[in-house]
Amino acid sequence: MRFELTPRPTISPVMRTLAPVAAFVTAFLIAGLVIWLMGRSPIAAFQVYVSQPLSDPWALQELLVKATPLALIAIGLSYCFRANFWNIGAEGQYVMGAILGSWLALKTHGTDAGFWVMPAMLVLGIMGGALYGLIPAFLKTRFGVNEILTSLMLVYVAQLVLDYLVRGPWRDPKGFNFPQSVTFDPAATLPLLGEGSRVHYGTIFALVAVLVTAIVLGRTLFGYRLKLTGDAPRAARFAGFNAKRTTMAVFAISGGLAGLAGISEVSGQIGQLQPSISPGYGFTAITVAFLGRLNPIGILVASLVVALTFIGGESAQILLKLPLDLTQAFQGILLLCVLSADALVSHRIRFVTRGGRK
Amino acid sequence: MQADVSPSGPPLVELKGISKRYGDLLANDGINLAIQPGEIHALLGENGAGKSTLVKILYGVIEPTAGEILWEGRPVFLSSPVEARALGLGMVFQHFSLFDELTVAENIAVALSDDWSLATVRSKLGDISQAYGLALEPDRAVWTLSAGERQRIEIIRCLLQNPRLLILDEPTSVLTPQEAEHLFVTLDKLSADGCAILYISHKLEEVRRLCRSATILRGGRFVASIDPRERSARDIAALMVGNEVGEVRTGTPHVPKGEMLTVRHLSMPSGGLHGQALDDINLIAKAGEIVGIAGIAGNGQSELFAALSGERLADKAEAVVIAGKSCGGVDIDSRRRLGAAFVPEERLGHAAAPTHRLSENTLISHAAAEVSRSGFILLNAAKRLARAIIKTFDVRAPDGDPQARKLSGGNLQKFVIGREIIRHPKLLVVDQPTWGVDAGAARLIRQALVDLAGEGSAVVVISQDLDELFEVADRMAVIHQGRLSALKPINEWTKEAVGLEMLGVAQSQGAAHAV
Repeated sequence: MRFELTPRPTISPVMRTLAPVAAFVTAFLIAGLVIWLMGRSPIAAFQVYVSQPLSDPWALQELLVKATPLALIAIGLSYCFRANFWNIGAEGQYVMGAILGSWLALKTHGTDAGFWVMPAMLVLGIMGGALYGLIPAFLKTRFGVNEILTSLMLVYVAQLVLDYLVRGPWRDPKGFNFPQSVTFDPAATLPLLGEGSRVHYGTIFALVAVLVTAIVLGRTLFGYRLKLTGDAPRAARFAGFNAKRTTMAVFAISGGLAGLAGISEVSGQIGQLQPSISPGYGFTAITVAFLGRLNPIGILVASLVVALTFIGGESAQILLKLPLDLTQAFQGILLLCVLSADALVSHRIRFVTRGGRK
Repeated sequence: MQADVSPSGPPLVELKGISKRYGDLLANDGINLAIQPGEIHALLGENGAGKSTLVKILYGVIEPTAGEILWEGRPVFLSSPVEARALGLGMVFQHFSLFDELTVAENIAVALSDDWSLATVRSKLGDISQAYGLALEPDRAVWTLSAGERQRIEIIRCLLQNPRLLILDEPTSVLTPQEAEHLFVTLDKLSADGCAILYISHKLEEVRRLCRSATILRGGRFVASIDPRERSARDIAALMVGNEVGEVRTGTPHVPKGEMLTVRHLSMPSGGLHGQALDDINLIAKAGEIVGIAGIAGNGQSELFAALSGERLADKAEAVVIAGKSCGGVDIDSRRRLGAAFVPEERLGHAAAPTHRLSENTLISHAAAEVSRSGFILLNAAKRLARAIIKTFDVRAPDGDPQARKLSGGNLQKFVIGREIIRHPKLLVVDQPTWGVDAGAARLIRQALVDLAGEGSAVVVISQDLDELFEVADRMAVIHQGRLSALKPINEWTKEAVGLEMLGVAQSQGAAHAV
């Protein structure tokens, strides 16, 4: 006996809408079972993971803070993934954006350089990420090197460069030998949205990126070019779309948005450079992009959901002594459930037995 | 010669009341079909008539909703092609199922049972390709082969298993007349040895040449069971499409005017390791005429198409001149702007994106035209354009704006050709316009090409279907191993002469006569 997935002749729109809901319920049930097996109450865990963060104003702000880099990076990645290019190196592009942007912050530190510093840092951040993203694109178009390997390996290069800088040339001389830079001047700090808020302008950038991307992917020839390149590369060539240029463009956009996320996080959230400036946003954003089905609005929602698991995971670690790894496991379960639900909407499972039918 | 069919014994295989339902669509509706041992039985019908569904049921690929299959009088359940093969069925599909990365011999060995070693396959392969005129190099990787060569693998793969019933889906569509005649001899031999053959084809002359009985389907239903030798091709076609099939009207003879396409000394190295290099191609297509390019698959047709369309660029700009402009070095979009239009051989994946809606698919070749403005897509204009193509070219689509893959081959072909013709191009280059397309759609497409030339456009038709070229072309040349023969008026060609050129025999003979 074997299973077969056969495509459904028609896809019901109701099922299509309900699929993510069913996926979430299933993911929560599986996670609940795991937590129960670990000897904790699934109900309490649900409260810590979901109910508390959503009812606490501080946690809601934290949710936006965490969702911001995820959304920015995932939106960028959606350009690559739509065109069927596998940029796994957003984490490195994020770090490089942060480094290049911070260079200006450190250069102007202690001077009375004016308001132009912050916008210039953002531009440098975008450039840093974009140029770093273009390396795998160039290697792919020029030499045919697989972009999955190069983009992933460049993550480690970027992380080690950052490590070197904050332990070496960029270390704060008055920082008691801690591996960190000086704290950025106010002119080099991304403003917060309102007094006493923790949410910075990066959130606005993310929302703008979502809206612009929704228009670009849905309404422009460039968006169609990406879709066609991803779905039918020969047809894209037939349409006259230059494959090399497409590759370069999507990696530059994807890297640029990751770089913007990096410099926003450093200048708006952390306030200085340190060896670790990301809890793996660049990798988690891959999950976010697919949870959101590469749709800009979907990515926005997915970034909030995944940010929630980050916050809930931290609280669960403190309150229930649940390991932080469980959060990552849950993110994985969630992605698996969403992808399975999508597959089941468009396909049905058939059991085939040898020698007879059904 | 065919074996004597004794009506007394049970048929080799009998389908009784076979029905297959997909949602609301009844693809097969209570079809009966019986094949005697050694009989060559034709299955005829337009695309969408239910032939493929019926054959897939017989071969165990899909299960019927109702009905039963009797093998030598005993009911059998075929839940997979493996079981069908074990019973003695062999099938040559129209769409090949080959592993691109493996060699010819490996592809054949994979499909056979374990007791065939690769060495045995290689030696047998030599014998069979010799006997049936199906030349194949055992160690070539499949991805380097043309469609025609790939089909030969499929045919040999079945013949190696000594099947009792061989199902052939459009087997001659990529063969030369000589090769096809070879195949018919093979099939006659097989039939005389008692192997039954279910022969699916749109080429009615072949069916009349080969088969004593034919079953005609239309719209999923049984229409008639006939002896094709007693009916004219026109009669049979009428039964298939449900109304009288007219011949392509040429109207007034085409009067060629200025040169729309001039190809001068076009040479191009082969794209892949086993691709075909183009060698000093010279070709002129004038406004108002149809130029045909005949040839066996894999002799440089795809390369020629890519060089004309601009998907591959020539070294010298003046090697390809469109509407007076040297454009060997500019891309396909620039050539479109000069008034050229192109239709490649592969419908799905090259001419159209399978999962995209028809309206989106208009963007592929109309990006520079009316469906976009300053980089933005004009969705409503794209939908209007798709609707206009559907209406003008009688594309039968499931609903308003379906995905390209939901269309049958013939309907999608009408769409991708219509998409180009509706722009009234000054030059249309089309590769295999009616490959695997039903009689009705093929007639419509040919008529559209003839009408386009009549309106004053230059049309270049690259085709393996000689009947088609003789029907529509004003002048014709034959491509063989990347070289193009002289371009001569169609009435100066005979089928035999074309066949010799296709095999490269004429060139050596011609050299002796050359002045």
